[in-house]
Amino acid sequence: MDVIELLRVAWSSIRVHKMRSFLTILGIMIGVACVITMMTVTAGAQHDIDRQMREMGSNLMMVYAGSWRGRGGVRSAAGANAVLTEDDSDAIKREIPEIVAAAPTMRGYAQVVVGNRNWNSSVYGIDEDFLVVRNWGVNEGRLFEPTELSRGSRVALIGTTTATELFGEGQVLGQTIRVQNVQFTVVGLLASKGMAPGSTSFDQDSVVLIPLKTARTRLLGRQGVAGNAVEGIYISVENEDDMLYVEEEIKKLLHARHRIDPEREAFSVNNMSEWIESRLEQQNTFNSLLSVIAAVSLIVGGIGIMNIMLVSVTERTREIGLRMAVGARNTDIMQQFLVEAIALCIAGGILGILLAILVSTGSSYLAGWPIYFQWWVLMMAVVFSGVIGIFFGFYPARSAANKDPIEALRTE
Amino acid sequence: MKDIINCKNLSKTYVLGDEEVHALDDVSITMARGDYAAVMGPSGSGKSTFMNIVGCLDTPDTGDLWIDGEEVSQMSRNELAGVRNKKIGFVFQQFNLLGRTSALDNVALPLLYAGVKRHERRERAHAALERVGLKDRVGHHPTQLSGGQQQRVAIARALVNEPAILLADEPTGALDTHTGEEIMDIFDDLNQSGLTIVLVTHEYLIAAHAHQMIRFLDGKITGVEQLKAEAA
Repeated sequence: MDVIELLRVAWSSIRVHKMRSFLTILGIMIGVACVITMMTVTAGAQHDIDRQMREMGSNLMMVYAGSWRGRGGVRSAAGANAVLTEDDSDAIKREIPEIVAAAPTMRGYAQVVVGNRNWNSSVYGIDEDFLVVRNWGVNEGRLFEPTELSRGSRVALIGTTTATELFGEGQVLGQTIRVQNVQFTVVGLLASKGMAPGSTSFDQDSVVLIPLKTARTRLLGRQGVAGNAVEGIYISVENEDDMLYVEEEIKKLLHARHRIDPEREAFSVNNMSEWIESRLEQQNTFNSLLSVIAAVSLIVGGIGIMNIMLVSVTERTREIGLRMAVGARNTDIMQQFLVEAIALCIAGGILGILLAILVSTGSSYLAGWPIYFQWWVLMMAVVFSGVIGIFFGFYPARSAANKDPIEALRTE
Repeated sequence: MKDIINCKNLSKTYVLGDEEVHALDDVSITMARGDYAAVMGPSGSGKSTFMNIVGCLDTPDTGDLWIDGEEVSQMSRNELAGVRNKKIGFVFQQFNLLGRTSALDNVALPLLYAGVKRHERRERAHAALERVGLKDRVGHHPTQLSGGQQQRVAIARALVNEPAILLADEPTGALDTHTGEEIMDIFDDLNQSGLTIVLVTHEYLIAAHAHQMIRFLDGKITGVEQLKAEAA
């Protein structure tokens, strides 16, 4: 018997019991919807992370003096006397070929004032590598000239948030801002980066970038530290796979340069893995909940399919007997009921996909989660539904196929 | 003449509780092509078991059975299904048409299991319906047909595979006398054209259409009467 005939028979049987068929596939539908929503939200989060990683800067690492003990952890006192310098930055760049750029940086917060407006902003002292490492550029104006960097000129690049707070919609380039009573000329408006990865409050666009030398001499310099000391070094690694290796190399190099026992861990190298973990953790709670709902729905749904197929087989005992009398073999009967179960499940799967699209789009809208539909997931959902149909349809189909034609024909 | 049905020492025993019931007890009979036989007997006499075995729905415990030259008594379930499909046409008392299915699709059902292509199935089902006088009812569902019409659809279904034997189990049992006679006229015509027919009935008027009468009692054939001269 060909597939089209099997489908025709299955469809006519499903059509006769529209309501019953719909209720039967509800479980499969909810299960499939849960699985797809889960995959869609997870994929969305992953894509979001990837995007933010790219915007942070490709294969970014940050080197600090002192060791970090996890998020919000305490810097160990052991590293308190180690200080990073521009020389360290140069050495790292020189000695570790896997590194694309190393940017020595100073950082602080300051009140930025224009006329009667003021705004609290991050202030970074940077060199020419910083924007390379952070994969950053200007939307308007220009970057710092080499002479401005070497002389310590009072020029600034400002982020879009800072610009809006200080100038509203007005002209930014060429304006003068005051930072701790030092006047800077704005030469460029930075491209927007949005919130920092894993954060909803740390605005990367609330920023003022000034030459490193200017920062050290006029704003962020501290007494009692070496003249070329920096707070941290931003590093960009050529190849993502080298990240761990480079991290170790940097630690080795710095401990050697400062003649500190590596055991003391006087320096720490930070990459983005921590906030990725925390980010995925939020999703995991959601996912485990959905997994449980999905598993329960699919099992209950499958049992529902089995139950209704058994009812259908019993109801149609005479039909089975008649079909056998006119020449249906066991396998023909088996196929007929299996195809019906599979068709029901696949219909449930397809409705589940539609429900998942509704739910993910809705939750994306309400909870602000990014979503990402993957075609292979949708295809797999359909295939998986069919497998459920085979699994739970097998027993009813076999019981139909094993009926004795004489008994079956005698059934009222 | 080649026998179309050849039974040799067929026996079938059922166990009902502690009791053994000899549904068929050493039954031997042959029928030639074109025979028209009525099987009669009280209920429990073994006539139904005989019909089921001849119809390849059941197998005998012992004995041999040839249908149209094929030894079927040792066949597997699937092989029997093939024989039923190609050599046997069934007509039941309760018609046994599929509900919510057109007369045409009902008639075409055996061809589906014979692996006939859709186009040919429709053509042959049309021809079979025409043969029983239902040319203008092909699209009707069973609920839209009278009892007599439903039984004619069932006869068309039995004919569509051009079987060697038509087996009818109380074909007029659910019909009034007049309609029953119309159905019997169809059987007479089919036999006239050479089809072998075996029908089970307990009405003499119906049995009188046949050419021979086979009487069953307690699982044995107690007599075979010639009712009229067989068609030449």
